[in-house]
Amino acid sequence: MALPKYTEPHYRIWHYIYLTICGAVFFFLIAPLFVIFPLSFNAEEFLSFSDGMKRLDPDAFSLRWYQDMIYGTKNPWGLAAKNSFIIAIFATIGSVILGTVAALGLSSRHMPYKGLIMAVLISPMIVPLIISGVAIFFFMAKAGLAATHTGIVLAHIILGTPFVVITVTATLSGFDHSVTRAASSLGSDPVNTFMKITLPLILPGVISGGLFAFVTSFDEVVVVLFLAGLENTTIPIQMWTGLREQLSPTILAVATCLIILSTLILVTAELLRRRSERLRGINR
Amino acid sequence: MSSETKQILTTDGIPLEVSLKKAERKNKIKAFLLVAPLLFFLIITYVFPIGDMLFRSVDDKMVTQMLPKTFKAMENWDGQELPDEEVFAAFHEDFIKLVEDKREGKLSTQLNYTKNGFKSIIKKLRRASKKFEEGNYKEQIMSVHKRWADVEYWRAIQRRAPEFTGQKYLKGMDMYVNEEGKIVSVEEDRRIHRVLWLRTLEIAFFVTVFCFLMAYPIAHLLATLPMKYSNLLMICVLLPFWTSLLVRTASWMILLQQQGIVNDFFVGIGLVADDNRPEMMYNKTGSYVAMTQILLPFMVLPLYSVMKTISPSLMRAGKSLGGTPFVAFWKVYFPLTIPGIGAGCLLVFILAIGYYITPALVGGASGTLISNQIAFHMKSTLDWSFASAMGLMLLSGVLVIYWLYNKIVGIDNIKLG
Repeated sequence: MALPKYTEPHYRIWHYIYLTICGAVFFFLIAPLFVIFPLSFNAEEFLSFSDGMKRLDPDAFSLRWYQDMIYGTKNPWGLAAKNSFIIAIFATIGSVILGTVAALGLSSRHMPYKGLIMAVLISPMIVPLIISGVAIFFFMAKAGLAATHTGIVLAHIILGTPFVVITVTATLSGFDHSVTRAASSLGSDPVNTFMKITLPLILPGVISGGLFAFVTSFDEVVVVLFLAGLENTTIPIQMWTGLREQLSPTILAVATCLIILSTLILVTAELLRRRSERLRGINR
Repeated sequence: MSSETKQILTTDGIPLEVSLKKAERKNKIKAFLLVAPLLFFLIITYVFPIGDMLFRSVDDKMVTQMLPKTFKAMENWDGQELPDEEVFAAFHEDFIKLVEDKREGKLSTQLNYTKNGFKSIIKKLRRASKKFEEGNYKEQIMSVHKRWADVEYWRAIQRRAPEFTGQKYLKGMDMYVNEEGKIVSVEEDRRIHRVLWLRTLEIAFFVTVFCFLMAYPIAHLLATLPMKYSNLLMICVLLPFWTSLLVRTASWMILLQQQGIVNDFFVGIGLVADDNRPEMMYNKTGSYVAMTQILLPFMVLPLYSVMKTISPSLMRAGKSLGGTPFVAFWKVYFPLTIPGIGAGCLLVFILAIGYYITPALVGGASGTLISNQIAFHMKSTLDWSFASAMGLMLLSGVLVIYWLYNKIVGIDNIKLG
């Protein structure tokens, strides 16, 4: 952002102060993530940079914590990762189906009590997780689903649907309903119209909602803490336990993997957002 | 006759108005049927359980059901002097039944909530009751321990007679019903919950303020920079947003520990002595720093989306009309960003007030919030009705803010990413 030539000196100074502040805030946001990366390759058991690391001595770096993560003797990460993926995938599928169908209804201009229903559907996102956790635990305990995968998947569907509802209704707000009417007038039944016309057009919104639902489930720890038994342990649960007891570098290896995963998800989400805006004709 | 000729009929011979209404109703039902699966799913698995919490928080049937005969007998007791033989006999009968079912431990836990000191005397009574002889239970029970001869303890039992009670809510506010039935506060040094509520509000408030102060300049920069630069910088906001909460908390634990990088840096620049490194974690500072960084994206994104819509020509117009850049900013730009400020602040405040994981990990004893207390009662003391009561108190606060948010921003205007 170049300043015009005629800018007075004290505004020029102010401008540079402003840029410095912005730089500091960006640093504050992003730098903590990059601390984890080098430390996960630490050859020693300490969670700070050893002298060897500061000298960039190759002996000070190792992959031992990654080995420990994968092959460690009493390592919980394999089971946790398997559970996390299974739960997150099923929760995503459930949230996407329920959320998309609901969003279709909500976007209809005939929908009665739209505001009230929307408020109920979004509420799991707003209500503090600890309260959701307590409430869902009471339900699952009564239904006999505590400490089961099914229970956790259902809980994560509850937490994930608001994101799908929000992203899909946002996509549908720019949706040209005349194309579905055209399809019906040409003799297509509603299901066919949805699969062939509506879904391809709103797909970016559906997928990005699905990504939110996936991340919500994959990262969720409060509700799982109430619901999970030993068999249902997930990555966040293991991290939580590890962080409470003892910060071991293995956790940093896992954290690095999670950061890579979130980078992939971020890139996908961004590409989808741009594609969706292009499809809906929004040019910024 | 004339009205009939005016009426427009459809091809089926039905008046058009009726036909349209029918179609409208059909559309309404169709739209509702699409929403219905999710709505009913949420009502059953989420809304009802929250209602169940309300029920649990006031439910006090347990003791009522454990001592049915005692409470029946106590109906005629005025609570002044020790109850007479009838009450003691009824209590004995109830108690023997409880011991047979091995439930007297539950009774002692419950009564202990009302008045400390029940645990041991119930244990003593269980042992002694095996040798009780028939008749004159008053004497026999009173001889077990002197507390059984203390009218205070019998009043405490009587207070548990009603099936519903609001005492958990009072306890959440550090108040209780005293012997005379008045609502009073507990002693100054035992008011832990009030301290927690205030601290939760304080931390949520300051985290919101810090987030706002940090987010405003960078949202402005992102909104005014050319696309190719702003997209790159946007990653700095979005990557933390998408990264696991636990990963971000872990990175703060590494940074803030006493031998951590921030402390190393402070020692390096000579700000603090090496042997006098400050504790930056396991206290309020830890909660503040970590929560601010974690919630910052939730402030930046709404601000950015509002600032993006403000045309740069407005600022130029302000300046060309004689305002200094500061005046133009304050009088033109800032007021236009208020919707974004409202949205961001309410969102961050709502999220901060219910935070659990981060304070539990980096907050220590002085940086924990009300959520941590709820989790503690859910998992450790197992006083679920108290956890429910506190949860609902927190929820009612959040719902007020949610309602405000809906009024100001509109719930369907929430944007993600």
